Amino acid sequence: MTTAEAIIKEGGYKWGFFDPEEALFKANKGLTHEIIDVMSDMKDEPQWMRDSRHRALDIFRQKQNPPWATDQLNDIDFDNIHYYVKATDRDESSWEDVPEYIKRTFDKLGIPEAEKKYLAGVGAQYDSEVVYHNIREDLAKQGVLFLGTDQGLQEHEDIFKEYFGTIIPAADNRFAALNTAVWSGGSFIYVPKGVKVEIPLQAYFRINTKDMGQFERTLIIADEGSQVHYVEGCTAPTYSSDSLHSAVVEIIVKKGARVRYTTIQNWSNNVYNLVTKRAVAYQDAVMEWVDGNLGSKLTMKYPSVYLMEPGAHGEILSLAFAGEGQHQDAGGKIVHAAPHTTSSIISKSLSKDGGRSSYRGLLKVYEGCDHVKSNVRCDALLLDEASRSDTYPTMEIDAPDVHIQHEAYVSKLGEDQLFYLMSRGLTEDAAAKMIVNGFVEPIVKELPMEYAVELNRLIELQMDGAVG
Amino acid sequence: MSNSPLLEIKDLHAGIGSKEILKGLSLSIGKDEVHAIMGPNGSGKSTLANVLAGHPGYKVTGGDVLFKGESLLAMKPDQRAHAGLFLAFQYPVAIPGVTMVNFLRQALNAKHGGEMPIRDFREKLFSKMGLLKMDQEFARRYVNDGFSGGEKKRAEMLQMAMLEPSLAVLDETDSGLDIDALRTVAEGVNALMNPEMGLLLITHYQRLLNYIKPQFVHVLIAGRIVRSGGPELAEELERTGYEEEEALVAGGNA
Repeated sequence: MTTAEAIIKEGGYKWGFFDPEEALFKANKGLTHEIIDVMSDMKDEPQWMRDSRHRALDIFRQKQNPPWATDQLNDIDFDNIHYYVKATDRDESSWEDVPEYIKRTFDKLGIPEAEKKYLAGVGAQYDSEVVYHNIREDLAKQGVLFLGTDQGLQEHEDIFKEYFGTIIPAADNRFAALNTAVWSGGSFIYVPKGVKVEIPLQAYFRINTKDMGQFERTLIIADEGSQVHYVEGCTAPTYSSDSLHSAVVEIIVKKGARVRYTTIQNWSNNVYNLVTKRAVAYQDAVMEWVDGNLGSKLTMKYPSVYLMEPGAHGEILSLAFAGEGQHQDAGGKIVHAAPHTTSSIISKSLSKDGGRSSYRGLLKVYEGCDHVKSNVRCDALLLDEASRSDTYPTMEIDAPDVHIQHEAYVSKLGEDQLFYLMSRGLTEDAAAKMIVNGFVEPIVKELPMEYAVELNRLIELQMDGAVG
Repeated sequence: MSNSPLLEIKDLHAGIGSKEILKGLSLSIGKDEVHAIMGPNGSGKSTLANVLAGHPGYKVTGGDVLFKGESLLAMKPDQRAHAGLFLAFQYPVAIPGVTMVNFLRQALNAKHGGEMPIRDFREKLFSKMGLLKMDQEFARRYVNDGFSGGEKKRAEMLQMAMLEPSLAVLDETDSGLDIDALRTVAEGVNALMNPEMGLLLITHYQRLLNYIKPQFVHVLIAGRIVRSGGPELAEELERTGYEEEEALVAGGNA
């Protein structure tokens, strides 16, 4: 029996375990200026950050949900959420110091093993604070900063202040405002000029308190000619009432630098996952988003790249799997704000048991931005009649000399493919899994090995009993 | 030659929806025998291949098919494969994202009901690829994805070589092949044939039979075998075409 089969036999939501809540501090439900002051006091933040939070709360209160968003968003009860939970007093510098119950959870997620083999540094988010951070010494010597975002603010306020909120201002959208008001945790990465980080930097995120919103804030700055790959993976325990996850990720890719940001998310089915991710890429820079979304009740996520100077390249690989009662509204945005820029978006979605996947994309080319090349491809695979797939591509092309390609395909799990594989001795179930694994292969092959394995397992779990 | 045949098709009636295509087909194939079924377009050749392999789109309305003494009809396609039946498809479908090597490994594991050691598997794969004069690089390509006509047919032969069936049905394996590709594929089939195995060639044209010699040739017209004979029958059909046979059947039906 393969490991994947063993997991499937176990059944259920493998990572639905949870620990009794042992948070040191949990703010009252609901969001007020008082809560923000308490939070800012406890974090001992500079005044400008406190002010920024208060301003963002005012903006949040004025903002509405986007008009194109699904009605499901209206179900979120913002007054019934804890906006700040602190699990431990401070970041832990070594594994031994991490509290036992948190370790147990991480053990189940395999973090220590993963660290040995692949990690340059581990940033593991448990509730709202970063509790475990480790960075290899050689990276530290090169001047690479890989910290929890709160710690980043404390220790490197000058860099932090220069970039924070410049890519995604609070007023960008309702959830960016919410995040700016109550952000906590996330990763802060600075890679100095010319430094190439060869091994992926990884962080695990995990929600563990009932009704807790998780609002991590990630800020990555890749200085000129540098290179970094950041990987985040999320699994969440199953709870009966809805949970809100609303992150903001800002990335600055300077001249000639290269950043890849890989996410695999597997939220339990009650989580609203509403994330704003945006990067700016300057001259000859490369920004790549690899974004895999499984689980959650509703995911709305459109990683974007703004190509600001000639030679910049943006790439988005998006994978979504919508099961029963789930809506994956995912896609990507590329904005060509300079000539001689190139981009590509590849989106793959799977829908099963009445699940709904939507591709929502924007491709924009500003006036005067000639010699732009872009390639957009959306593939949707429906695993049964009850499931649904939609495509909402928007193109705003204001320059004449551009080369744009757009393809979209919707297919159903094919009888002929199933028959072909079965005629070679595979059961119907195994055949369906093979077809699905093949379908997602273009995304999976871009992942670090352990994530590729995990993603294939997660998909096989979702596929269990898909046919027959 | 063994007394009990490998495959016994008895008065088989089958079709798609309410349309009957096979109208009482009977045929018996033993070990170490090579049979050829020849017929014009629409005579039911591909229907026969699909019904034998268990395509869910075809419906059997009468008769029976015994394989090693057991009825195939209640078996699912994968069970038929495990029993030792193999169909080389006329139009193999692409499975994008799945490499040949991964596909073959899973198919072999399914057949053996357990994990085959990776070393044994690789040894076997590369030896069979050598037999079929295939580049090892081929194993890393996605199943039938972007394959030329000749590559698809060779990929089918590779699957057959790996799965080692006791009965192989080759559906129009010569179609879409130039003469060199045809020769390579035929040489592969001949190399794979063994005394424990039966082979059924389904073809419109005689040219495949220049390279794979059948002992028995059957003519399929309008869903029935109307004539059977030795290799000379194929040569005769090549000269005269199917018109005479078709006229005969049409006359008989009138």
